[in-house]
Amino acid sequence: MTNKMKPSTPYSKVPSYLLWLLPGAFLGMFFFFPLTRITQLSFARIEGKALAGLWEVFKSPTISRVVSFTFKQAFLSTILTLAVGLPGAYLFGKFQFRGKKILRALTGVPFVMPTLVVAAGFYAFLGPNGWVNEVLMQILKLETPPIQFVNSFAAILTAHVFYNTTIVLRVVGDYWSRLNPQLEQAARVLGANRWKTLWEITLPLLLPAIAASSLLVFIFDFTSFGVVLVLGGPLFATLEVEIYYQTISLFNLPLAATLSLLQIVFTLILTILYTRLTRRINQPVQLSSREKSQRPLTSSRSRILAGIMIVFLLVFLISPLASLGLKSFSGSDPGSPPTLSFYRALGENPRESLFYVPPTTALGVSLGYGLITVILALGLGLPAAWALAKRNLTLLDKILDPVLMLPLGTSAVTLGLGFLVALDTPPLNLRTSPLLVPIAHTLVAFPFVVRSLTPALASIQPKLRQAAAVLGASPRRITREIDLPLIGRALLVAATFAFTISIGEFGASSLITRPEYPTVPVVIYRLLSRPGALNYGQAMALSTILMVTTLGGMLLMEYFRVGDVGEF
Amino acid sequence: MKRTGILLAGLVFLMAACKATPEKPIVLTVMTHDSFAVSESVVAFFEMQNNVDVQFLEVGDTGTAVNKAALSKENPLADVFYGVDNTFLSRALNEDIFEVYQSPILKEIDPVFVLDKSFRALPVDFGDVCLNYQKSYFIENNLAAPDSLEDLIDPDYEGLLTVQNPATSSPGLAFLMTTIGYYGEDGYLEYWDKLVANGVNIVNDWETAYYSAFSQAGGTDPIVVSYGSSPPFEVLFAEEPLDDAPTAAVTSPGTCFRQIEFVGILNGTPNRELAEKWIDYMLSPEFQEDIPLNMYVFPVNDNAVLEETFRKYLEVPEVTADISPDMIAANREKWINDWTEAVLR
Repeated sequence: MTNKMKPSTPYSKVPSYLLWLLPGAFLGMFFFFPLTRITQLSFARIEGKALAGLWEVFKSPTISRVVSFTFKQAFLSTILTLAVGLPGAYLFGKFQFRGKKILRALTGVPFVMPTLVVAAGFYAFLGPNGWVNEVLMQILKLETPPIQFVNSFAAILTAHVFYNTTIVLRVVGDYWSRLNPQLEQAARVLGANRWKTLWEITLPLLLPAIAASSLLVFIFDFTSFGVVLVLGGPLFATLEVEIYYQTISLFNLPLAATLSLLQIVFTLILTILYTRLTRRINQPVQLSSREKSQRPLTSSRSRILAGIMIVFLLVFLISPLASLGLKSFSGSDPGSPPTLSFYRALGENPRESLFYVPPTTALGVSLGYGLITVILALGLGLPAAWALAKRNLTLLDKILDPVLMLPLGTSAVTLGLGFLVALDTPPLNLRTSPLLVPIAHTLVAFPFVVRSLTPALASIQPKLRQAAAVLGASPRRITREIDLPLIGRALLVAATFAFTISIGEFGASSLITRPEYPTVPVVIYRLLSRPGALNYGQAMALSTILMVTTLGGMLLMEYFRVGDVGEF
Repeated sequence: MKRTGILLAGLVFLMAACKATPEKPIVLTVMTHDSFAVSESVVAFFEMQNNVDVQFLEVGDTGTAVNKAALSKENPLADVFYGVDNTFLSRALNEDIFEVYQSPILKEIDPVFVLDKSFRALPVDFGDVCLNYQKSYFIENNLAAPDSLEDLIDPDYEGLLTVQNPATSSPGLAFLMTTIGYYGEDGYLEYWDKLVANGVNIVNDWETAYYSAFSQAGGTDPIVVSYGSSPPFEVLFAEEPLDDAPTAAVTSPGTCFRQIEFVGILNGTPNRELAEKWIDYMLSPEFQEDIPLNMYVFPVNDNAVLEETFRKYLEVPEVTADISPDMIAANREKWINDWTEAVLR
């Protein structure tokens, strides 16, 4: 499988510094510049003795407890996400079955749902008065609800798995579907049993994708805020929650800045470890078309196992969302008959409120931002992935590889304040501009794009291109008919992620917005922050609209083919 | 989007039609917290009267908004800032983000609301954080509705209460300060120990408390910390028209905490005159009467008339917890830390 001759991948042709120009400038202007400014301003507020005070607080048991908890929950969440996601990735990667596209689209919906809404869904499903408890109490004739789910560590872990399984499913599943089955088949022929093949052939081949998805899942869990706050409850605090408390409630900027820097340093260490690890394993593997690597579910054994997996995914990922959908027809009183009144109410503005927007406008704003984010993220991510996919990385590549992940590990609160103090003079006078929203989304989306594209780009065998060149294809034709189809599928996965990250508003909290152009999550929050059954019902209705729209968007991407991408 | 589009088109047309540009409306920027809402007609009236285009900016929750105003004071985001409340008033004044303006309309406002005697932050509205309870629960279970803080530690009321974490929730902090005002700084922690012994449920945010834990929304606890305005809003925003409010607020003396919200002219604004006019407008009855149905809080102007539903279902507490903005600024961290140690550890 390894080449004896020195591989000349197409990527070494373009010099690194040229490829990194755009992504580097973007990171510089919209990440490092704001971060530096807010750190400067924060530390300027320290007066004399306060420095000693800062060190004391920093060393305090509270902070170390917060840090260790943050690591612990992120680590456990990642392991659990892999435990759920890898079998699912196997199912999606190696098999063809009816309903696969819909199932895969469904598993992507949790990713975009706002935390308050997901929490409401979990409460409706697993809370003290939730479905599961009601049923169990009836069946087992119990007085008090047997399942104490909410406000617990288990709730945090479950919600994290709920949100992030789709990352493993897509990144690993897609990569698995491209692996040539011949190696595995050869191993089986030579006498290895299923487990040995899995352990010694398949998993090592999958390592780039598993590592990439694990890193992304870990960082998301590490910087988790909403889930810990709403579903974990007051007993739990991560670094992000602590930073929010110190910044907003106490206005203790020096401590908040220190904690933010701490978080960034941890992220950096993690990503450096990751890049060291994967640089050794990203090598060209033989890719094959999906016709060869995927097979239908023929044996009854595989059907049963697949059935179990599918049911599990449906129950786990869909039921909290389904509970929400049901609430949008019945409101907060579960006994009342189904009604469309909440949906209708969404279209009405009885008080003639200035900031009222019909749901179509909010959807339009969300989708518009999503589109801009996809364009920006792909435009920045593709050159970066191109640079990182080659065999011999320059120093610039090696430095920027972990650095581009830093926005993922930076506190949204700190970054929001950074935008405020840095982007306030022309030509970067963007602090109140609507453009800042997709820019903030792109800061999170483009590292994602890079991480999911690089393994795919790196795995293209140069022999294919050389063969095409020998047969007379021009470089443009090679790009169009060899490279693009091979990476097209990965591009689609990356674009889907960028889109869902934007719809789900990662990293764009605490931005200054025009109230006339709210996104869907903003309108949902507005409704949920007010008492009254009508407000609650409308929030549920809008959440359901968001779910259905996202599902539709993902289904569209499932069916979409870039030219004749994915098969050859 | 339509408004700006029409306005832009109109501007372009005007500029194309005549060489000498006639008076273009100036833009007055008002920064607010995320809960700000107002009727179109109310704003349109002001814009027409003063030939101005009012642009709003939403900057986050109350704490975030104050912090952002403080961090940007060298290069202010807007002309006017609405949204400072009494818990953050000291911070706002110490950071010196406002200019002095003694509006003539202040005469119509009860002096008890004018907490800033230097007239930099002027009061606009108030709301009370009070215990809310579901009436039907207490009727069905033959229990007297809660009436005081002592009731909450009574064994008859065990496990019925949900409160919010003062570190992460504004009503949570307000309730904590209510207990401090009632039992004093020496006695409140003991009260909280008893609350914990009586099975109090603590969550991090108002939404979870009100929509997931409160029995009115299908949860298990019939008593939560919410706002005095919540019962009338249960009537106004009910699915079907209601004759009676399903919930009520506890408004006995000392059991509520009053939150007052302020507006001020930001230091360094180029539109001082217009900003003054806007503040006068916000304090005047036209604007004040529009506030309740949009923002769920109540006017400070004595001449503003409340809608009937409010007068029917709203009980405004006469005596609320007495904690000054300066006390809050000085003790916030200590109170939250002490509470966390006593209750959560």
